[in-house]
Amino acid sequence: MTPTLLGRIQTRIFLLAVIGSLVALVITPVLPMDAPLGDKYRAMFGVLLIVGVVGIAWELLYHFLQQFRWEKDWPTLFGLVLGVPEGVVAYLVAKSGVLGATEDISLAAFVVGFTAVWLATFLFVNGPMRIFTVHWRYRGGRLV
Amino acid sequence: MTGRETIRVPGIVAAAEQPAEAAGGRGDLTDDLLASDVWSDAMVAAAGIPVVETPFVSIGSGIGSFCMVDTLRIAGVPASSIRVLGNLDHPWVTYEYLTRNSQIPREERLRSDSGSTPDCIWGFPSYAVREAWHEKGLTKKLAPLWNVLTEPIFTDYYTPKAGQPFEAMAREAQRIGYYDCLVKGLVRMTRKRQGGGYFTILTPPPGASATKRIAYRSTYVHVAVGYPGLRFLRDLQEYRQTYDDYSRVVNAYEPHEHVYEELKKRPETVIVRGGGIVASRILQRLIDDRDRHGAKTQIAHLFRTYVDESHGPSVFLRRKGKDGWAYQGFNWPKGSWGGQIKARIEKLEGDDRAKLYDVMGGTNTPHRKLWLEQLDRGRREGWYKTYVGEVDSVVPGGDGGTVTRIKTKDGLLELEAAFIIDGTGLEADIREHRYLADLLDHSGVGRNVKGRLDVSRAFEVRGTANEGGRMYASGSATLGGYYMGVDSFLGLQYAALAITDDLARQGFARRIGPWRSTTQWVKWARGTRI
Repeated sequence: MTPTLLGRIQTRIFLLAVIGSLVALVITPVLPMDAPLGDKYRAMFGVLLIVGVVGIAWELLYHFLQQFRWEKDWPTLFGLVLGVPEGVVAYLVAKSGVLGATEDISLAAFVVGFTAVWLATFLFVNGPMRIFTVHWRYRGGRLV
Repeated sequence: MTGRETIRVPGIVAAAEQPAEAAGGRGDLTDDLLASDVWSDAMVAAAGIPVVETPFVSIGSGIGSFCMVDTLRIAGVPASSIRVLGNLDHPWVTYEYLTRNSQIPREERLRSDSGSTPDCIWGFPSYAVREAWHEKGLTKKLAPLWNVLTEPIFTDYYTPKAGQPFEAMAREAQRIGYYDCLVKGLVRMTRKRQGGGYFTILTPPPGASATKRIAYRSTYVHVAVGYPGLRFLRDLQEYRQTYDDYSRVVNAYEPHEHVYEELKKRPETVIVRGGGIVASRILQRLIDDRDRHGAKTQIAHLFRTYVDESHGPSVFLRRKGKDGWAYQGFNWPKGSWGGQIKARIEKLEGDDRAKLYDVMGGTNTPHRKLWLEQLDRGRREGWYKTYVGEVDSVVPGGDGGTVTRIKTKDGLLELEAAFIIDGTGLEADIREHRYLADLLDHSGVGRNVKGRLDVSRAFEVRGTANEGGRMYASGSATLGGYYMGVDSFLGLQYAALAITDDLARQGFARRIGPWRSTTQWVKWARGTRI
C-alpha cells in the first residue's frame, strides 16, 4: 500500500467501523468470556473503539517511519505483523479501566476477538476493498 | 543528422519518415485545410472528405486507448459513442514488440505491480492472486501469494509474466466490445472545429475507403499515441550511418536476435550500454546463454553514471544503489501512483515540479536476486566487467568488430567488441511524432516542465478546449505533469479514470461511485458482456 496520513486514518476508521463491526457481531457470542452476551458485546465494541482511537497515534508513528522509505510505500507484511504490538497496547489500554466495558475482558477473549478483527480487516483492505471504490487506491487510502 | 534516428516500431509514425504531402486527390487534405488551425464543416465538405459523427474519439489504439475505452464502458458510455482510431490490431501489439525485443517474452516477468491490471480497473483480484488461482499444486499456488505478502522486505517485488496482462486484456476487450469501437488506419491530425469539437483525420488502409481520408467529428478527443519514438545514442547512430553497419551496433528495442545467435557460436566480447531495466534484461539473456547454451561471451558493461551507494538529497529521499545500479521497484517510486508522492506532485507547479521529477527520476532498475547472483558470478569469474565514462566515438575495429573510445576519469579508454547493444532507451522529443507535431503547431497546446504535452490534473490538454469540446491525453507524451507514472499500466488506468471523472462532470459518462463500482465488478468477475 501507498498511504498518506489522512488516508491511513480514514481507512482505519472505515475498516474498524464496517469490517470490524461485522466480525464483532458474528464472533462475540463465541468469545471465551464468562459474562452475559450484552456485556460481551460492550467489551468487544469497546476494544474496537480503543483500536481505532489508539490507532490514530499508531498511524502517526507509521507515517513518520514511512518517510524513511524511498518508495513511500507501506509493505503488506507490516500491516499484518504490526497487529502484535498494537494488540498488546490495546489489551493494556482495555484493562486499564479507561472504558468500563472492557475492564473485565479476559486475555483469551481479547486475543480471539482482536485477532479475528485484525485478520479480517487485513485481508479485506488488501484486495476486496477495491471492489467498492475505484478511487481509493489512487488517493492514498482517503475515502472522502 | 540525416537518416533514420528513431527505431521503427509498430504504431509509431515518426515525422521524419513521412514524405512531404502534396495536397489534392479524391477526399484528400487541401492546402486550405493544412494551413488552418480551425476548420469549418464547409471546408471539410469542400475537400470531399466524408465525415463520421461520433461523440468520443481515442487516438492510438494501444493500451492507453484500451484503458480509456474500458473505463468509459464501465462508466456507462455505449460502444457506439466511442471510436478508437489507430493501426494496431490489438492494444498490446506495440508494447509486446518492445518487451519481446528487450528480452521479455511472454513467459518472462515484466516490471509491473501485481495490482496494475489494465484488464481490470479495480486491480482486484491482482495478478498474483490470479496466478495463484490458476497454478497447480499447493507450493506453486502459495508462491505468488507469499511473494506479495513479504515484498519487498524478504522477497523482490512480485511482477506478472508478460503473457498474463496480454491474455487478460484480450478477454476484457471482448467483454466490453472494444473491437466494435476500433477503426484501423493512420491518424494524421486533429484540428478544432468551428462551432465546437474537433475533426480528426484518419487515413484508412489502401482500398478500405473510397476517399484518401475520413474525418471524425467529435466533441471529445483522447490522445494516447504512445512513445513519440525511441532514439539511438548519438555516437551509435553516427557509427551506423557512417559505416553502414546495422548489425554490430543494435538497439535493445529493435530485433537483434542475430547477436545472441552469433555469440553462442563464437567467444566474443559484447558491450552493453545503460543502467536501467533494459540493460538488466539484456545482461540476463547474455548470461542465460552462457549458462544454458555454453556461450563464452565476455561482457563489458558501460555506465555513464555509476551508482555505488544509496543516494539522494536527504535521509527521507534516499534510494538504494550498488555496483553501478540505482535500485527501485518500478519506473517511479511506488508512492507516485497513489500515495504521498502523487498527493505532493499534484500541488506543485513549474520549477518545483521539475525538481521533484529530477529527484525521483534517473535511470534505475529493480533489485532482483537472480540478476545480482548472475553479475556477482560474472565479476568473480572475470567475464563481466564494468566501465564508466562518456563515449567519445565508435569506429570499426579488427575482424569486423567495433572499437568504442571512452572518456574516463583516468583518460581515454578503447574497448574492442564484436557487438554493442544500446540499452539506454532514450525517448524522442514529442515533435518527432507526426500527429503530436501537428498538435503542437495547430491546437494551442503548450509544453510542460519536461517538454511534453501540458495536461491538467484531469489530463485535459491545456489550450485545446473548444466550445464544449475537450481534448485529453494520456501516456508517455504527458510525462512532466501532475502524475509521474503516466508511462505504465497503472498510470494509463489512472489517467482513464481521471478523464472519465471529468467527462462525468460534463454529463458524458456516469461517475463510477461505490454502487456502480460494485455492480460492474460483479459483471467483470462473471465475464458478463457490457
